[in-house]
Amino acid sequence: MYDSGKIIPGLIIFVLFITIPIWYNRGAAGSVPKPVLPKDAKTCVLPAAEIRAEHMKLLNTWRDEVLRTGDRGTFEIEGKQYQKSLMLTCMKCHTSKKQFCDTCHTYASVKPYCWDCHIAPVE
Amino acid sequence: MDKNRRNFLKVAGISTLAGLGGTAVVDRLVGGTSIAQAAAETGHTVEQATGSQGHGAQPNPSENRYGMIIDIRKFQQDPSLGEKAVTACHSVHNVPQFPDKKDEIKWIWMTNFENAFPTNANAYRDEATAKHQLPILCNHCDKPPCVRACPTKATFRNKDGIVMMDYHRCIGCRFCMAACPYGSRSFNWRDPEAFVKNTNHVYPRRMRGVVEKCNFCDERVGTGKQPACVEACAESKAIVFGNLNDPNSEIRKMLKENHTIQRNPALGTIPSVFYIV
Repeated sequence: MYDSGKIIPGLIIFVLFITIPIWYNRGAAGSVPKPVLPKDAKTCVLPAAEIRAEHMKLLNTWRDEVLRTGDRGTFEIEGKQYQKSLMLTCMKCHTSKKQFCDTCHTYASVKPYCWDCHIAPVE
Repeated sequence: MDKNRRNFLKVAGISTLAGLGGTAVVDRLVGGTSIAQAAAETGHTVEQATGSQGHGAQPNPSENRYGMIIDIRKFQQDPSLGEKAVTACHSVHNVPQFPDKKDEIKWIWMTNFENAFPTNANAYRDEATAKHQLPILCNHCDKPPCVRACPTKATFRNKDGIVMMDYHRCIGCRFCMAACPYGSRSFNWRDPEAFVKNTNHVYPRRMRGVVEKCNFCDERVGTGKQPACVEACAESKAIVFGNLNDPNSEIRKMLKENHTIQRNPALGTIPSVFYIV
């Protein structure tokens, strides 16, 4: 191979350069986030695994039912009636956006636009 | 076979005819539908076909049709009522107060008679009308031009006859503002967050780049309450809210007993807000 003295170091530098994200963030991936769960409420509107995976779809369904269909029907959990509402139902138990919503959303680098308009509880 | 121009044109002509006619015949045999029907099956066309059946058609059928009567005389007797109604609405719905007038957001506001009713021009206006202001808000029309203009269906007429805004869908094109003949809509040129005084923590605010307007207090009416402005002038009965589709409602009785006017009815928007002059 001609110029192997230049090509091989060049290739090594190139590989190192394009893998910067991997070795730069080595070990900094962080532990799995632990959102703070409410102490006084035991049951969520759906089982834990389901609400963890589907909460965004549920919120969209609630939004469409309440706003577009005008169906403001409530649902019952442990004898108490709840509205289909992020601000009036979810955030009444999960009183801290920072310690609940943001922990996972920051970890997963998702930026939901809920809080552009909806108001998080005062902390 | 010799290739001359005459034979080429013959073959080309016959194959074009076969191509055009053949597909039409095949479509008719296989699908059994005509072109017009196929077009009507796409969403938009159906809604338009059922929604507007030309001029003079019946108002949009809906379960309820909420409306409002505003008694201008009561606002003349007690000029403080207007501010009460406006403040009540704007604080319940987190409507921002911008220092610059050109950024202004309004859901309900006080205006002069000639601005609210430009078609009722009168050079010899009575003193009370000339001196005092009256409240105006979204008319929640039966045939809302804003809904027709909206390209994303962010604004729509719901089952109660309320013209609603779905801020999640609004793309801020402001076609609705151009379409509304009453100037009932405001655009958020700036992020309203910092300009909301005394935030109401049970109702959202809006974001930069969406159009907002009066929602006839859908969130209160849906849970059995009266709209905020109606509640604010409660005992005076200056504003009465009710179901226009219910012949026994208070609003229908009042409409029967009083002569009322609407804002620019000649446009054919069929407003749901009535004024007793």
